[in-house]
Amino acid sequence: MGKRVVVVDDEEAIALALEYLLRKAGYEVAVAGDGESALHVIEEFQPDLVLLDVMLPGRDGYEVCQTIRSSGSFPQPKVVMLTAKGREAERAKGLAVGADAYVVKPFASADLLAKVEMLLTRNS
Amino acid sequence: MERGIAAEVAAGVAFGYLLLLFGVAFWADRLAEQGRSVIGRAWVYTLSIGVYCTAWTFFGSVGVAAREGVWFLPIYLGPTAVMLAAPWVVVPFVRAAKAWRATSLADLLGARFGHHAGLARAVSLALMVAVIPYVALQIKAIALAFEVVSGGDGGEAARTFWLVVVLTVFAVLFGTRRLDVTEHHEGLVAAVALESAVKLVAFWILGGVVVWAVTEDEGWRAQVQEGFSRLPRVDEGERGYGDWLTMVVLSAAAFVVLPRQFQMMVIENVKTAHVYRAAWQFPLYLLGINAFVLPVAVAGGVVLGEEGSADTYVLALPLVLGAEWLALVAFVGGISAATSMVIVESVAVATMWSNEWLAPWWLRRGRPLAGRVVLWVRRGAIAGLLGLGYLFYQAVGASYALAAIGLVSFAGVAQLVPALVAAFAWPGASAIGVMAGLLAGLTVWGYTALVPLFIKGGWLPETWLTMGPAGIEALRPTALFGVEGMAPITGSVVWSWLANVGTLLVVSWFYPPDRATRRAAERFAALWRGEEESTLPAARGVGRPYGAALEAQLVATLGRFVETGRLQEAWREFRRQRGVGAHEVLPVDETTVAFAERLLAGAIGGVAARLVIEGALGERAPAWDSVMAVVEEARAVRLAHERLREVDRLKDEFVASVSHELRTPLTAIRTLAELLAADPDMERSDRLRFYETMVRESERLSRLINQVLDLAKLEAGGADWRHEAVDLRAVTREVIETVTPLAAQQGVVLTLAVPERPAVVWGDRDRLVQVLMNVVGNAVKFAPPSEGRVQVQVERVKEGWQVAVDDNGPGVPPEERERIFERFRQGQRRARGVGGTGLGLAIARRIVELLGGMIRVEDSPLGGARFIVVFPEKQREVVGGGAFHGQTSGGSG
Repeated sequence: MGKRVVVVDDEEAIALALEYLLRKAGYEVAVAGDGESALHVIEEFQPDLVLLDVMLPGRDGYEVCQTIRSSGSFPQPKVVMLTAKGREAERAKGLAVGADAYVVKPFASADLLAKVEMLLTRNS
Repeated sequence: MERGIAAEVAAGVAFGYLLLLFGVAFWADRLAEQGRSVIGRAWVYTLSIGVYCTAWTFFGSVGVAAREGVWFLPIYLGPTAVMLAAPWVVVPFVRAAKAWRATSLADLLGARFGHHAGLARAVSLALMVAVIPYVALQIKAIALAFEVVSGGDGGEAARTFWLVVVLTVFAVLFGTRRLDVTEHHEGLVAAVALESAVKLVAFWILGGVVVWAVTEDEGWRAQVQEGFSRLPRVDEGERGYGDWLTMVVLSAAAFVVLPRQFQMMVIENVKTAHVYRAAWQFPLYLLGINAFVLPVAVAGGVVLGEEGSADTYVLALPLVLGAEWLALVAFVGGISAATSMVIVESVAVATMWSNEWLAPWWLRRGRPLAGRVVLWVRRGAIAGLLGLGYLFYQAVGASYALAAIGLVSFAGVAQLVPALVAAFAWPGASAIGVMAGLLAGLTVWGYTALVPLFIKGGWLPETWLTMGPAGIEALRPTALFGVEGMAPITGSVVWSWLANVGTLLVVSWFYPPDRATRRAAERFAALWRGEEESTLPAARGVGRPYGAALEAQLVATLGRFVETGRLQEAWREFRRQRGVGAHEVLPVDETTVAFAERLLAGAIGGVAARLVIEGALGERAPAWDSVMAVVEEARAVRLAHERLREVDRLKDEFVASVSHELRTPLTAIRTLAELLAADPDMERSDRLRFYETMVRESERLSRLINQVLDLAKLEAGGADWRHEAVDLRAVTREVIETVTPLAAQQGVVLTLAVPERPAVVWGDRDRLVQVLMNVVGNAVKFAPPSEGRVQVQVERVKEGWQVAVDDNGPGVPPEERERIFERFRQGQRRARGVGGTGLGLAIARRIVELLGGMIRVEDSPLGGARFIVVFPEKQREVVGGGAFHGQTSGGSG
């Protein structure tokens, strides 16, 4: 209980839905709307997992993920990339910058929750 | 009488010495970070090349001199010759390594033979195998040193093991703190330079004291003089000038090829000017460190007689003279020589090993390669090499003199010489040929040089040497094909080189080099001739778009391996060289990709760099070869093909963008609907909010679909439009009336100024309304709430009539002014959370263009953006063409 998740999406509607979904599932949730503020929120909030949209204004999701990974802070959060672009190249790129999973929009909320849960229980 | 120093003292001194070295390395790294580089001095470079002088020099040379006189010299004559000829021999390597950003000899040869991964691997394997005996030699020397200084207290075996462990730890600490090896290991170089100074000074102190002690004593003096006259000459005994020459050549080759030499001399080199300085300084260093070899050897023979191995005179002499402090000095000198070799060699080999074998393997298995992984792989490789060296020492170390083991390694690395000569001098050599030659040479070397070691070590039957394996005399390892009379090492070199060169020639004949290899050959030849070349690789074709690869994507990928500051600097410089301004889009063509690859190669090696870049581009890059063939042989076809590909790419991108824009609202709707379905007891306020959001997102979805259809219809070029006279005054009034309620709601003041006389243009009235609605609507959206101002003005200009829409919003920065009219390019404006489909302005521009007018954005006197739409006064011929016409973006991020 009480694992912390940060939702990063510039689409307010999606951020709203994800926030509610995760709260319901018992997580503590913080939300950020762009790459720059996402990094601040992640630093403050020290989440166990980050749901990270790829297409963000300013620094995009790949950049954010990479910054997290190269920050050397410990423990490192799990990162799930969310994207509405489902091409294989982007998936590979997401994993290459150090994401743990890659989810294509639109997704079934149950699937997403299951994935989040799995990532959070796997190594802890 | 029991002589010696307590083992604990010796171990403590050795450990303290290592700590001191580490401190120096740390200090040098810190200085480097502050921009005061220690390795920016020529003499430091010279001293760092002194890593050539290992325990073999420190202990072994005296041993050889005592047994065989001047025969200790040829292995220094080779390096001396190389350095005196450095401008022609070393400088081309330095240039080539810098041009390709090679991380090792394996990398460089791989690049030279058409980026051949297999060859790079073969070279790294050969070097690793060949230096194992050499590492074993150092371990043996250290073990021996311990045994002698402590007077043989029986604890050597355990101490040697632990010493190897400590050395491994230090090698890891020195060599794998950073990733980019072309970035220079400042600390490592500084520490090695210090070690070179320490061993030189230690030898001088020792030599001075020994000479003094011996000349003080009447009896010894006479014996020493006699000893000198009894020293064997070159052509006395079993060996002759041929063997002498072989050793000179062999050591010259090893001096260039040995991983630690290549690392120090080529990779760590900061300025070619240093090479010119070292060309005369280094021979002096060699002269200095050898000055006392003969005196000490002769004195050792006189003072110690038959007692003890000549390899340990350096340590035993001071003990006999009763100067334990001197023994300790010699001990530190020897440890110094051994540790610098072990550390640099293992770091160099580990880099090669991880770059050519493990990193590519890891990537091929589809695993993401993080810098962390590379470092751990390297650490593992260091431990592996030292472990193998230790095992080798355990297996055969006891039965051989130091120098003999060292020469075996020399002969092994010398197998790379034919490849290197071919690299610069023979364009006809192919990667396959070089690999085959290497394999053949190594096989013969293994049989003629390694096998005898194992026979002496008792692992293989002694009869192989005398009667040949299974009684076949022609196969005796030290007298192959019955040819006798050469020293074993000379035989090994002659036979292995024959096999190596012969195979290289024959196989290259049957498998000639491919185009890429030939091109690389030309560049190497140019480097050899000393023709300066730009650090940029030759442009491979011009501006060929590279799939959907984006600059940002490329930079992000590089950022995983290259330090951010350095990356940014290199990237800026590259953009500057290509004449791309700060706000312009850098075409991600082959030149760019090649540059990125080279930059990356500096960190993780050529093979892995190629794989990573391919991964980042989301496609397998076409072989350079085929690309070049197209460029050279079918330019026209290529251009046509390119245009088609470009159109294709833009279509792909459009479809991807549309699908992205459709999926986004769909995601919100679906997730919210699922939440509502799953939770019947949801709070009323939440429920309402969710429903509202779903409705809004649905509206957005329909709007988007309408606009995409609109855009599709515009492809037809407005064929179904009416052509009528339209008064812009009426149109703008209508637009203002429609938008006013929205503006009032947001607290934005909307004003309109129109001329007295009719502003008549030709066009489709509905379309004009559509365009102006979009522009004015945008202005209202971006004006600051409650104090926003939007002014619309209709004016006469020379092209016709213009509508200017001013707002006091955030404005559009210059670099965005073209892009906001592209489809799905909302730029930074989206950050404010102002919803939009990203198609409005693209549609507006398309319509205006079809009407023969233009639309642009500039700074507004109100402080925000001024959108200007110009409509021609008279009817113009309606312009046709697809919607993809006029897109100019080369795929920017």
